[in-house]
Amino acid sequence: MTSSTEIVSKQDTIDYAARLGDDAIVIGHRLSEWVSKAPFVEEDIALGNVALDFLGHARMYYTYAAKLSNEQNGTNDITEDNFAYLRDERQFQNHLLHELHKGDFAYSTARQLLIDVYNKYFLEQLKNSSDETLAAIAVKAAKETKYHCRRSKDWTLRLGDGTSESHERMQLALNDIWGYSHELFEVDELEQRLVDAGIAVDCTLLKADWLKEVTAIIEEATLTVPDQDWVVSGGRQGYHTEHLGHLLTEMQFVHRSHPGAKW
Amino acid sequence: MAEYNKSEAELEAVFQQKIDSEQKIEPKDWMPAAYRKNLIRQMSQHAHSEIIGMQPEGNWITRAPSLRRKTVLLSKVQDEGGHGLYLYSATETLGIARSELIAALQSGQAKYASIFNYPAQTWGDMGAIGWLVDGAAIVNQVSLQRTSYGPYSRGMVRICKEESFHQRQGYVIMMELAKGTPAQKQMAQDSLNRFYWPSLMMFGPHDSESAHSAKSMKWKIKRETNDDLRQKFIDQTVPQIAYLGLEHPDKDLVWNEEKGQHDSGEIDWDEFYAVINGNGHSNRQRIQHHVKAHEEGAWVRDAMSAYQQKKLQRKVNAETAA
Ligand SMILES: [Fe+2]
Ligand SMILES: [Fe+2]
Ligand SMILES: [Fe+2]
Repeated sequence: MTSSTEIVSKQDTIDYAARLGDDAIVIGHRLSEWVSKAPFVEEDIALGNVALDFLGHARMYYTYAAKLSNEQNGTNDITEDNFAYLRDERQFQNHLLHELHKGDFAYSTARQLLIDVYNKYFLEQLKNSSDETLAAIAVKAAKETKYHCRRSKDWTLRLGDGTSESHERMQLALNDIWGYSHELFEVDELEQRLVDAGIAVDCTLLKADWLKEVTAIIEEATLTVPDQDWVVSGGRQGYHTEHLGHLLTEMQFVHRSHPGAKW
Repeated sequence: MAEYNKSEAELEAVFQQKIDSEQKIEPKDWMPAAYRKNLIRQMSQHAHSEIIGMQPEGNWITRAPSLRRKTVLLSKVQDEGGHGLYLYSATETLGIARSELIAALQSGQAKYASIFNYPAQTWGDMGAIGWLVDGAAIVNQVSLQRTSYGPYSRGMVRICKEESFHQRQGYVIMMELAKGTPAQKQMAQDSLNRFYWPSLMMFGPHDSESAHSAKSMKWKIKRETNDDLRQKFIDQTVPQIAYLGLEHPDKDLVWNEEKGQHDSGEIDWDEFYAVINGNGHSNRQRIQHHVKAHEEGAWVRDAMSAYQQKKLQRKVNAETAA
């Protein structure tokens, strides 16, 4: 890989780290909504664990974005919290799939399957990033993602091949979210510059492996891969569904009510 | 052991002698029916408290004002779920199923700590709950490490290790607020004011009023009385409040040199009984929340066992075919 610094600006890397952080914080938030509402206590704990993992990933990405921002601006007071709490809906660049509402347990399971398998392939590539910090984050996150994938697969099998009700709910969930999966594999101009510099992952290359693995699991669960004739995208450009605004309102309310306060 | 040819009175004498000599009672040991019943009541109430206690704090995970605090709070609430599970298992050693315990909680037949009927309104309440509510729980649980029933005692040892982290995270929240902006300091004081007295109530009625105390002490299910434990908590909290630079909510509190402890103002027992009897802000909400999650999870649990069944059947089929 070529040396990157002269080809891309620091701002590009900041934006990239921030959007990876956005993905992680938003799905972590959704998962954390399950705590005390899961089908049984063991699942409250397990879902909380996965939420904690994503929260941890978000903090690593945001902390890196904050460090680069401080370097760029000659400041030292930008932190991970600036990224999570002080940006508006239009500035968040997470994939739409992550922000969709919590839904029922089938909905959360189906979404998590798509995201976890995606992360598995994504992080495998990010490990090769010429940016050492991003590569190191990928190594850490990949270990947890392995466990997430196993969990999501197990639950997909249980629900898909469980009762007729659980089967129906899973199929409905897959149908409802499938159109949001395509943007996971888009690369915009920012990411293309970073791909060329060896920093970012070329997501377009992940789709074949992802689809193969997800399809195998869905079919083993006696479910059907939905028709692929609808596509929604825009998250990376800050063009969100109505779900995100409410999520951010809740997440940011206290922090923003006390400008400059420490917690 | 040839317990079958001993009379009830002989068995009870052996049992009490074990207790008097500080030996633990284990699940397979003979025990009086009332001891078993008393333990099931107390342990399941404890387990339910851990589970219901996830709600007021769980209510704030999505609103935590920094990512660090969010992480810590989420881990804390996780721990409480773990405590609940651990205590349900320990209670099951007494010959009752978790499903029965949960049914008793949902029907209102079993209780949980009344403190969780108070609403968690502000971020400051996350501080006050960790610091005072977990703090009061620790005082009680440290004492229960020496309880006579083995599985309960061992459970308390394990749980106490995590509880000190819970109290610390609450106190850290309070420290940040107390040294923060005037609005933050006000938030801390307000939470302290609302949670101080209910925390004292967590130790239960005065010893003279307590229905279960005498027998529980004789059987060493309880090791210290409600009032003694409460006094410990009152005394340990005084310097903590002072360190925060907050006002003590008890205006009648004075140091009693002779006794070497604080004399304090009287608890509003009318409030205590009113909240226990359903007049708290959140009594109905807590149970309904629990019931709703349980009912909404029914199809998931059904799917799980159906899938397990199918897997088993497939294995049998494969073996018969082979
Ligand atoms: Fe983890
Ligand atoms: Fe606990
Ligand atoms: Fe606790």
